[in-house]
Amino acid sequence: MNVLTNDNTKKVTVTNELGLHARPAALVAQLALQAKSDIWLIKNDRQVDASSIIDILTLECKKGTELILRAVNDSDMAIVEKIATLFEKGFTE
Amino acid sequence: MHATSTDEIRLKGIGGSPGICIGKAYLVDREGVSVVEKYNVSAENISKEVNRFKNAVANAKKELTTIIADLPEDLKQHAYILETHLLLHKDKMLYGKTIDIIKNQGINAEWALREATSEAKEMFASITDSYLKGRGVDIEHVSDRIMRNLVGAKDVDISGIDRRVILVAHNLSPAETSQIQLEKIMGFVTDRGGRDSHTGIIARTLEIPAVLGLETATVIIKNNDILVVDGAEGLVIINPEDETLIHYEILAEKFKAQKADALRTSGRPAKSLDGKLFRVMGNIELPEEIVAVKDHGGDGIGLFRTEFLYMNRADFPDEQELFDKYREVVELMSPKPVTIRTLDINGDKAIDASRPAEEANPALGLRAIRFCLKNRDIFKTQLRAILRAAAHGNVRLLIPMISSCEEIYETRLILNDAAESLEKDGLEYNREIEFGIMIEVPSAVIMADAMARMVDFFSIGTNDLVQYTLAIDRGNRHVAYLYNPLHPAVIRLIKQLVDVGKKAGIKTYMCGEMAAGITHLPILLGIGISELSMSPQSIPLVKNAIRKISVAESRAFLKDVLAQATTADIIQLLEDTYGGILSETIYAPPAPDLSGEGALNTQGSDSIG
Repeated sequence: MNVLTNDNTKKVTVTNELGLHARPAALVAQLALQAKSDIWLIKNDRQVDASSIIDILTLECKKGTELILRAVNDSDMAIVEKIATLFEKGFTE
Repeated sequence: MHATSTDEIRLKGIGGSPGICIGKAYLVDREGVSVVEKYNVSAENISKEVNRFKNAVANAKKELTTIIADLPEDLKQHAYILETHLLLHKDKMLYGKTIDIIKNQGINAEWALREATSEAKEMFASITDSYLKGRGVDIEHVSDRIMRNLVGAKDVDISGIDRRVILVAHNLSPAETSQIQLEKIMGFVTDRGGRDSHTGIIARTLEIPAVLGLETATVIIKNNDILVVDGAEGLVIINPEDETLIHYEILAEKFKAQKADALRTSGRPAKSLDGKLFRVMGNIELPEEIVAVKDHGGDGIGLFRTEFLYMNRADFPDEQELFDKYREVVELMSPKPVTIRTLDINGDKAIDASRPAEEANPALGLRAIRFCLKNRDIFKTQLRAILRAAAHGNVRLLIPMISSCEEIYETRLILNDAAESLEKDGLEYNREIEFGIMIEVPSAVIMADAMARMVDFFSIGTNDLVQYTLAIDRGNRHVAYLYNPLHPAVIRLIKQLVDVGKKAGIKTYMCGEMAAGITHLPILLGIGISELSMSPQSIPLVKNAIRKISVAESRAFLKDVLAQATTADIIQLLEDTYGGILSETIYAPPAPDLSGEGALNTQGSDSIG
């Protein structure tokens, strides 16, 4: 599966101490739910739906994990940027 | 008089909050959810079935939204858990999956939901991270609520209770605990939960007796059963015989009368018969409890447990959040001292208090100072917050679980580092605070002379000291009866420590629940402990008892105590010598374990100290 065929991607790193746990996952999902099409969260060879808390949690992202955010639809890049900001701020934890 | 044909049954659990109540059981259950029917849905009815499911989800969300909106002010901190639940209702893996299953398999919504739920839970089961694995429970809670709406089972409606009852539940979720109309509740009885569960903390704050962790309470107890709940002993008696009932009615009355009496005089200083002044302080874990300390005449905070800000959340709190809370407590108590104990957790507890520990033996594992020295960023953040709060009042620093001098040395280095970084950042702080260590591990008593040169005070955490000294896991029913702070070895150990402290010119305090046991006072006063700290509710009774004891006499009495070889002999001696003087104030269970947080049990590793 080549998920990087378009440019709608953004690299992010999990910076908060406890990784992508319930609260951060909820914050990501809340934003992703506003997207027109799917936003994917990609870790190595696995990708999950960023609008599903359950999916995000099961991706097991510890602090330091590098992820790629990918929007299926160009117009969702604004939301991708917002999600990326959450990561940068360490989910203000 | 209540006559019953059934036999009296006694259940022993964890004392979550002291006090006695007698009343009728009110069972909170989830009937109607356990049996899930499976049937086929014809093609033309599929969309109807999907709508039925969507309606159930909408109703479930509405219920939860109401619960969040009605959250009492003091429970607002838990809102984010419930808000995450709210989002989970529409999560693809649950919501979308269920609809897919209904459509693809032509099956009813209940069965589809169950399938989707167990699939989602399986995904969690394969996770290695233990915190994340535990989130499976959240999915269950959400799924339960939807299921109740699907099958039309009534929600656990605690808010509708119309008479005063004793609440019996398997486990009260944060959503449920927040719904309770507390004036209707005489006591709490739960299968699950430890001292630090929501129920435990709420019960203690409101001074409602609670016995937790009974495991089988909801199976054995029936609705409207007459119950006696003894929150100090951790005892629940079902269908008490007349004799038992009378005994506890008298005890409850006595307890109430003593409390009222002690409360009237609690503002006065605790001065012994021969004029020696003692400080009686309060142990707290929530800033709100400071009110109880003040109301009960506490001379300060002898133990401020700081774990609460780290519990039931995925992240670690930042410095500002910690500082705000500490400052609040420090300012409210000023000029009286507030002893802030640094984080006493293991990694598990930091993120979810209810989850059983991963370590085979957490009490001997990576906890308290050991955890902090391994996680220096977290530790430094807390120390910075404490140093900043110290600029606003009288703060003492207390480090838990010290077992070697190296740990003190390392802690001091980090403390210096924290102070220097605050200086650099130009923030207001106070470095001149008393630095103390918890004495909970026997090795600390053995090394006390060396440690005394590095610290300003000792504070004895009796619960852990007793169990580490006697090698007793209080969570283990087979040996729990051996747990007794009046074991001669414990008394000698405490004496040894206080003597070393005196020689070195430093004070020894006690912040474990042993300090709250009135029968222990002659011994503790005789040994020379100058400051006692306990749950706020115990302060008036202890102050009252101190006024009846002469320190000079207790010193002489101690000599006799130290000559005894068995716990039984010591108890006998106490009864013979002080039984008369303290009898009116004795409502002290044999092992005044108000906590039950035994670090060796599955409740995690809180230590009262």
